[in-house]
Amino acid sequence: MNFDFSDDQKQLRDQARKFLSEKCSPKAVRVVLDGKVPYDKELWKGLAEMGFLGVAIPEEFGGAGAGHLELCVIAEEMGRANAPVPFSSTVYLAAETLLIAGSDAQKTKWLPAIASGEAIGTLALFEGTGNPSPKNIKLAASNGLLNGVKKPVPDGAIADFAILAARTGSSGRDNDISLFLVDLKAGGVEARSLTNLDPTRVQAELTFKNCKAEPLGAAGEGWSILTQVLDRAAVLTAFEQVGGADRALEMGRDYALDRIAFGRPIGSFQAIKHMLADMYVAATLARSNSYYGAWALSTNASELPEAAAAARISATQAFQHCAKNNIQVHGGMGFTWEFDCHMYYRRANALALGLGSLSYWEDQLIDRMRKKNAA
Amino acid sequence: MNFDDTPQEAEFRATARTWVAANAPKEFEEELSKSSLGRIRLAKHDMVEVGKAWQKKKSEAGWACLHWPKEYGGRGATPIERVIWQQEEGVYGKLTQPFQIGEGMCGPTVMAWGSEEAKRRYLPKLASGEEIWCQLFSEPSAGSDVAGLRTRAEKKGDNWVVNGQKIWTSGAHYSDYGLLIARTDPNVAKHKGLTMFFLSMKSPGVEVRPIRQANGMQEFNEVYFTDVVIPDSQRLGAVGDGWNASLTTLMNERMSIGSRLATGVPEMFEFCSNLMLEDGLAIDDPAVRSKLASWAVKSSGLKYTSYRAISALSKGERPGPENSIGKLVSGMMLQDIATYAMDLQGAAGVLTGADEETVHGQFQQMLLSSPSMRIAGGTDEILRNIIAERVLGLPGDIRVDKDVPYNKIPTKGR
Repeated sequence: MNFDFSDDQKQLRDQARKFLSEKCSPKAVRVVLDGKVPYDKELWKGLAEMGFLGVAIPEEFGGAGAGHLELCVIAEEMGRANAPVPFSSTVYLAAETLLIAGSDAQKTKWLPAIASGEAIGTLALFEGTGNPSPKNIKLAASNGLLNGVKKPVPDGAIADFAILAARTGSSGRDNDISLFLVDLKAGGVEARSLTNLDPTRVQAELTFKNCKAEPLGAAGEGWSILTQVLDRAAVLTAFEQVGGADRALEMGRDYALDRIAFGRPIGSFQAIKHMLADMYVAATLARSNSYYGAWALSTNASELPEAAAAARISATQAFQHCAKNNIQVHGGMGFTWEFDCHMYYRRANALALGLGSLSYWEDQLIDRMRKKNAA
Repeated sequence: MNFDDTPQEAEFRATARTWVAANAPKEFEEELSKSSLGRIRLAKHDMVEVGKAWQKKKSEAGWACLHWPKEYGGRGATPIERVIWQQEEGVYGKLTQPFQIGEGMCGPTVMAWGSEEAKRRYLPKLASGEEIWCQLFSEPSAGSDVAGLRTRAEKKGDNWVVNGQKIWTSGAHYSDYGLLIARTDPNVAKHKGLTMFFLSMKSPGVEVRPIRQANGMQEFNEVYFTDVVIPDSQRLGAVGDGWNASLTTLMNERMSIGSRLATGVPEMFEFCSNLMLEDGLAIDDPAVRSKLASWAVKSSGLKYTSYRAISALSKGERPGPENSIGKLVSGMMLQDIATYAMDLQGAAGVLTGADEETVHGQFQQMLLSSPSMRIAGGTDEILRNIIAERVLGLPGDIRVDKDVPYNKIPTKGR
C-alpha cells in the first residue's frame, strides 16, 4: 500500500511552499484584504510562470500535463498561504468544466490562456440564497441569448469568461439545465462587485441582458456535468481547507508556546493543550479523507462521488474548527485586525459555502452512501 | 498513490491467506463475524480454550507474534508483514484477545528489559499462548497518574516481598504470569522509586477478585498482594528504574496500528436506514442525515489515517504518537451514537432486552459500555496531552509533586 503522495509530488509541494512564502506573505495578502486591489496580479503571474495554474491541464492545451494529485498538492499550499488570487474559480471550476465538457475549440481557446495566467475564468452557479440544485436555476437561455442574474459569482468582476448553468427546458427534470460559456469582455453582462466575508477572494453579481453565449457540452447535460465538476472541485477545495487548517493550528501552537500568562506559557495549560489537540485531530481526519478523495479523483474511480463528499465535509469542519479556535487560543489579540487569525477565519467560513454548504454536502454523502449500500 | 501491495507484500499475503484458509477454525467464523462492541464471547465454547488452540496452531506454523525474533517464538517479520497478517487473519484475530496484553505489552517489556535467560524461557510460551500474561499497573488511587502507585515491594535477602492492590487487570483470573510495577523506595520522588517485576500469578498471597462494572459485566479484576515473594531474578531493569521500563509497555499499548476500533457507524447507518419515524425513514430526516454524515466522515477519516500509517510502515518508517487519535475519536463517537440511536427510539429507547424488535438492545449495551472506551488504555484527557506534548511540542504540565519525595506528597485519607 502506498497511500501517500510520491516523492516528486512532495518535492512539488516544497517548491510551492517556498514560492508562496516568498511571494505571498501575510503582508501581501493584506493588500487585497484592505481592498486596494481585487487580487494579487504579480502573484497570479508568478503562479503561471511556475506552471502551477496549468499543472493539471494537458500539454496539448498549454498546461504541464501533470495531473490531479499534483494539483491537490498545490491547492494545499494555496490554502496554507491564504493566497488572494482567483485560483479556485479559474482552476477548479472553469478549467475542470472545460476539461470535462468543453469542445476542442473552447479548450484550445481558454485552457492555454488559463495556464499562462492571461485568462481568469469562473463558474456562475448560484442565484441568491440556496444550494446547488436544478430547481434554483432560473436564468433562462433561449435562441442563444441569456437573461437573468447570477450571484454570488466568485471572482465574477475580474473574470474574463464565465461558465454558467441556464434553464433551457421546463419539464421539471434535471435535463432542463444546459451549460453556456460567456466571454465577459464581449458585452451584454453587467458585473457588480459585492462585499463579502473574505475580501481576499472577491465576489460579484452578474446581470445578463440578451447576452450572447455559446453552449458548453450537450444541451440538457448541464446538471450532470455540474455534478462532476462539483465533485472534483470539492476534493481540490478540501486540500485548500486542509492547508488552511494546518496553518491555523500552527499559528495557535506557536502562540501558545510564546505567550506567557500566570507565569507560564499558556500552552502548558490543559485547557489550551486539549483545544489544540482537538484541532490536530480534526485536521488529521480531514487530511486522510482528502487523500482518499485525491486518489478517487486522480484515478477517476467510481468511488469519487462518496469520497468527494466525505473530503468536503471533513475538510470544511476541520478548517472552521481550527480557524475559530486559533482565535480563541490567541485571546484578545486574535480579535484584532492586526493579527492574521481573522484572515483564516474569514477564508474558512467562505470556503465552507462556496460549493454549497455543509448541510448540502452532508445530504449528498448520505445519498451516495445509500446508493453504494444498495448496489 | 495506490492501495496495492509491493510484490514482496503480495507474496507474503498470498502465503498467509492460503494458510488461514487451510487452518482457521471455520466453525466459529459466523459467530466471530457478528459485530461486537466489547468482549468477544462464544455461545457454547470457552473463549480462552478456543483461543489457545488457535494460537498454538499459529505458533507451530510461525504465525504467532510474527514480528518477534525467531529465537523468542516469532517469525522475524517486518511491521508491514504483521499488518498484512492481521488483515488476513481477519475475524479469527478476535480469538487472540486473551493474549493481546501479553503480546502487545508484557512481551515487549520482557524483550527490552529481561535477561537473555528470561527471554528464552518466557517469550516463546507467551507467543504460543501456552502461558497467558496480564499487566499489573493501575491501582485504585493511581490511574492516569500511574507513577503515584502505592503497592510496596521490600527487599528481603534475595527476594522481594510485595503488599498492595492492583485494579483493572484484564484476564488476571486466567493468567499464568503478571507484569508488576511496585514502589521500592518511598523516600525519593515518585517516578524514581519504582521497580518492574514479573511473577507467577499462582504465587502464594496473590488473590484475584472480579470487578462488577458499571455496565453490569465482569471483565476486569482486582488483584491483592499479601506478602507475595518474588525472586530478585524476576526483576526487569534496575531497582528504581521501573518508570522507564513501564514506558516501554505503555508505548506499545498505543502502537497498535491497523487494528480497527469499533466506531458504531455501520450499525447506526443500518439502524437509521430501517427505522420508521412518523414522517418516514429516519435516514430521510435532515437532522439525522447531518449527524450520520459527521460520524461517517470521522469513521472514514480514521480508516484512511490508518492506511497512511500502514503506508509509512511499508516504506520502513515508524509511525509515532499521532496514532493516539484512533481511540480518542472512536470512544467519544460510540457514546454519542448510542445516545442518539436511543433518542430516535423515543421512550422505548429505555428497553434493553435482546428481544426488543428494533435493535435488540444493541445501542443500549453500547451506551453502558462506551464510558470504558474513553478511559481504558489512556483516558481521552491523557491522549490529548500526548498529542499536545509529543506531536505538537507543547510544554508538559507543571507537576507540583515532581521533585517531592513520594512519602511527602499530600494525599487525602492516607
